[in-house]
Amino acid sequence: MTGSLLKVTNLKKAYGAIQAVAGVSFEVMPGEIFGVIGPNGSGKTTMFNSVLGQITPNEGSIELKGQNITGLSPLALSRRGVGRTFQTLQVFGKMTVRDNLIVAAQEHKGSMLSRMFSPGDSGLGAKADALIDQFRIRHVADSLAGTLSYGQQKLVDIAMAFMAEPDLVLLDEPCAGVNPSLVGGISTLLKELNQNPKFGRKSSFVVIEHNMDFVMDLCHRIMVMVEGRVMAIGTPAEIRANKQVLDAYLGN
Amino acid sequence: MNPFNHKIATLFTVLGALLVLVAPQYLKNYGIYLLTYWLIFIIATMGLNLTVGYAGQKSLGHAAFFGIGAYTVAIMMKAGISFWLGLPAAALICFVVGLILGFPALRVQAIYLAFATLGFNTAIWLVMRNEEWLTGGTFGINNIARPTLFGYSLEANRPYYYFVLAVALIMAGLLWGLLRSPWGKAFKALRDNPIRAESLGVDIRNYTLLSFAIGAVYAGIAGALFASLVQFIEPAPFTVGASIMMYLMVVVGGAGYFLGPIVGAAVGVVLPEWLRDVPGVANWYLPMFGAAVVLLMIWLPDGLLSIPDRARAKRAARVASASRKAAAGRIGATS
Repeated sequence: MTGSLLKVTNLKKAYGAIQAVAGVSFEVMPGEIFGVIGPNGSGKTTMFNSVLGQITPNEGSIELKGQNITGLSPLALSRRGVGRTFQTLQVFGKMTVRDNLIVAAQEHKGSMLSRMFSPGDSGLGAKADALIDQFRIRHVADSLAGTLSYGQQKLVDIAMAFMAEPDLVLLDEPCAGVNPSLVGGISTLLKELNQNPKFGRKSSFVVIEHNMDFVMDLCHRIMVMVEGRVMAIGTPAEIRANKQVLDAYLGN
Repeated sequence: MNPFNHKIATLFTVLGALLVLVAPQYLKNYGIYLLTYWLIFIIATMGLNLTVGYAGQKSLGHAAFFGIGAYTVAIMMKAGISFWLGLPAAALICFVVGLILGFPALRVQAIYLAFATLGFNTAIWLVMRNEEWLTGGTFGINNIARPTLFGYSLEANRPYYYFVLAVALIMAGLLWGLLRSPWGKAFKALRDNPIRAESLGVDIRNYTLLSFAIGAVYAGIAGALFASLVQFIEPAPFTVGASIMMYLMVVVGGAGYFLGPIVGAAVGVVLPEWLRDVPGVANWYLPMFGAAVVLLMIWLPDGLLSIPDRARAKRAARVASASRKAAAGRIGATS
């Protein structure tokens, strides 16, 4: 087995007296889809934001491909090939869908000065169009993202995270507020992007999600968080069979 | 853009070009002076449109840069230095000061940023008023000469107008190029959602600072042209009030619309002057102007240039509504 893509060791983050994340460790392998589940307030998003440089952890280390990335800014992480989506919709409302996708990758090419003299689409037009087709949002490609329906914006939001061909994408509740038929669509898209990426290698995901059918179907391994701690890590089958997890979270 | 809109746009461009090229031939001195004034405010508010309209940084300190540009040229020319050195110096100083003013924007946003920039404007204004040794204080600096270009004097109003027109076109062309480059998208991304932008690798720090610095350069160049136009400067045109007026011009024209400043500056500079000369309106022009702005903000919060977009959206909604009705009819949902 090759080394892990992402390695989080003993991560801790407190808000006042509340240990939101109290010593979480896990590894994500190249090409893996790693699910994170747990009740509300179990520290999933705090863990995410610590890994992504949005907040600084109190303790612990985060390694990407063996390099320490603890405390790096979201900007630096993006440049190192870590993409993300947010729990809530985060598109650029007054830009077209196509421009949303282009701007999502343009800063990864050349220097700021060279970009001043680059063509408007930074040579990313074809790639944006490919994602637009893959996500089936061709009919709204030239609409302002802010004018789209919630589900369409969600698709744009997810597509943006993949424009820069990241090695690792962290998805925070990709199915929140999405209707059941689109949940299936998103699942299919994520499997495509993971298994048969246009960019010639597998990309890995960490997915926070409350929709159990979605998580169990999509993820290779799942981590269950409770009260800022790891309760279990295992395959979907193992997690389903784990009595502790059933009692604490899954129920029935 | 559909062909019809394209034709309208071309028509307006041709008419506009004719107007600005030919009008001065038929105007008296004051008219030409007023048109030049308008062009100068177009240049200044183009810069503010970049900072506010494209990059989303709420700045109420733009008149300070306008003043820095004006005083730089005035002081240098009084020291015997050529206007042609003063103009780039004004641009450079404004770029640097603009970068510095950008730093608060990295920490605070929206109304708090507006207050920080407002404080900056007040501080600069106090320097202009109190440092008499440098700025002449409230007496200002007078007899500022107009430059000579390749041995051709720009002293008279008409040649100076064409000179300012040329500068305005160059500055507009440069901004157009910048906004069409990836930088334009990065600025808009910063405006629409800085946190997402950063997570996608957009260096929001650099783009924030540069949106202020480049905007300031436009104000500085406008200020330099202004000093040479009015030939007498004192602190009054560079107050916080003037900054608010410039902000108003950007908003009235349409923040984030490339041609917004042309309309905004016309409303902010030319319209009040014109209303003042209309018989019977003289005593009422300010309240009328104020009322017009209030109504505009209620009915057209995105500015005058949002009218075509609104019409387009309405048309699209009508079409969508009709096709929805047809679709509903096909599946029998008629009531």
